[in-house]
Amino acid sequence: MATAANMPPAVAEEAALGTERAGAPQRKRGAKNQRGNREARAKASVPLTALTWLIAAIYAVPLLWFLLSSFKPGSELFSYPLSMIPREWTFQGFVDAWERVDFAQYFLNTATVSIVTTALTVFFSACTGYALAKYNNKGTRLFFICILATTMLPTEVILNPTFSVIRDLGLYNSLAGIIVPSVLTATGVFMFRQFFLTVPDDLLHSARIDGAGELAIFFRIMLPLSRPILFTLAIFSFQWRWNDYIWPLIVLNDPKWYTLQVALRSIVGAENIDWPVLLGASVISLLPLVLVFLVFQKYVLNADVSAGLKD
Amino acid sequence: MAQPTISTVAPPESPAPRPAAGKAALKRRNRYVIAPLVLIGVNVVLFLVFFVWPGALGLLYSFTDYRGIGKLHFIGFANFQKLFADAGFYAALGRTFTYTVLSVPLVYVCSLGVAALLVSKAVRGRTAAKMVIFLPWLISPIVVGVIWKWLFGQDFGFVNFVISTLGGHPLPWSSDGNLALAVVIFASAWGGTAFNMLLFIAALKNIPESLLEAAELDGANAWQRFRHVTLPGIAPTSFMVILLSTIHAMKEFAMIQALTGGGPGTQNTLIVQYIYKTGFEQSKVGYASAASMVLMVVLLAIALIQLRFNRKKG
Repeated sequence: MATAANMPPAVAEEAALGTERAGAPQRKRGAKNQRGNREARAKASVPLTALTWLIAAIYAVPLLWFLLSSFKPGSELFSYPLSMIPREWTFQGFVDAWERVDFAQYFLNTATVSIVTTALTVFFSACTGYALAKYNNKGTRLFFICILATTMLPTEVILNPTFSVIRDLGLYNSLAGIIVPSVLTATGVFMFRQFFLTVPDDLLHSARIDGAGELAIFFRIMLPLSRPILFTLAIFSFQWRWNDYIWPLIVLNDPKWYTLQVALRSIVGAENIDWPVLLGASVISLLPLVLVFLVFQKYVLNADVSAGLKD
Repeated sequence: MAQPTISTVAPPESPAPRPAAGKAALKRRNRYVIAPLVLIGVNVVLFLVFFVWPGALGLLYSFTDYRGIGKLHFIGFANFQKLFADAGFYAALGRTFTYTVLSVPLVYVCSLGVAALLVSKAVRGRTAAKMVIFLPWLISPIVVGVIWKWLFGQDFGFVNFVISTLGGHPLPWSSDGNLALAVVIFASAWGGTAFNMLLFIAALKNIPESLLEAAELDGANAWQRFRHVTLPGIAPTSFMVILLSTIHAMKEFAMIQALTGGGPGTQNTLIVQYIYKTGFEQSKVGYASAASMVLMVVLLAIALIQLRFNRKKG
């Protein structure tokens, strides 16, 4: 089991290391080679640019159609001929979603879960990742294998027993039931482990010689060093939790604790779908993530850091 | 739970200016055993409670006819016997394989193709294009389902409107099983491109340009350069993307719940949905656990096969 589980992260490590190795020569080339190829590139530029933007447009159409539809009044949604741009702009769908479906409550629940889980995940992943990177003993080596094993046992495979565990712990039907089990993520631990492996041991040794305690070293020196990873994991974790469906689905029963995803699913799963409300509600549910992304996009799109993660 | 542990262990460490021999030994022990233990403590507990416990419980359940309440009653391999004779189970498993086999290559080709375009210096406005194509990453599987259901609505969708405007016949996107699966596959490619694209962009940037130039000087055309230099260069990333996408596709649940609900009928019910339906809606916990065990074995087998394949090639 351990060898099989080993796989994705092991490959991820390779990829990450490769990134570093190749980083140096990449910077050195540049001016010299660029000139030689410029002519050939200039020729290819128009069709390739057109192709790229055609593909981007294809990716944008579903989202654009969905966003523009959410501003149409209910009567216009189904009236042929359809038009891309709403003939009449309205916010009624959003207002209805917010007021009629108790959406404010779901929004609050989701925000609570996402923020609390993210804070806990980031903190404990940092602790664990640091311990796995900087202390090499039997315990940490064993736990590393354990973490690898979790990647082979997704929640989807243990739905029913997980439900029993949640129920026996008294966490059923509470937000804590979603938060606590989601704190441990293999990806988060690996990200921090990977980062702390690149921090030189000398730093640790000199801090020890200066008489700093082990935990003080971690909190005062190492944790502040890991800020970029901290932000990256925070955004990923926030996205996972905000968009999570399966945990809330099995843990929550009372509608007053529903998260957005469960609530949306109950609208879309209804016999007669209330499309104006559904479109408005879905668009509202996207806003926080879009906002977070716009502010912190460099931590996500920075490809070097994101090598090797996926939940 | 662990917060107090940290505070009880931390204080004795910081002050100890000139320790005696015994104290020094104790301190060394603190350093290399207790400190890491404190750091991993919470996650160890979480691992035991939320992975080991349910994992063991699931294995146990699969040999019982447990229905969610009462005592466990062991029935040996009866669940597995029944499972292997259950047409619904085979249908769900088969449909999951079909979905995986069709969607993983599509996701792979889309994300690699987009990544290749986005690292090419000949393309103008790469950053903006990257942002646009990355946006679906922000959207939850449920909302991805909603978006595509809206786009491909049989009587009201944009796609059928365009088809009929162009003079074609509107297609039965939700009442035909195969077309409904096609929509699910499109949606999964749309939603899955973003992240894999990032991985490929990172890998493609690491291919030394000198190799590509050498191939060009030797007279290799664009396709030959891609096939014989780029593709081998990104093999580890390709492998990772395929493995992760395969596992992701095998356990697809939320998106299809929103998009088709497994319909029409139960034609597109995938395996996780089947487990959820039997385990929660019909509360046949034992039976669903047996199905889960089969899924776990399949996932393990996929990982092992791909690992072996990768080793051989590498």
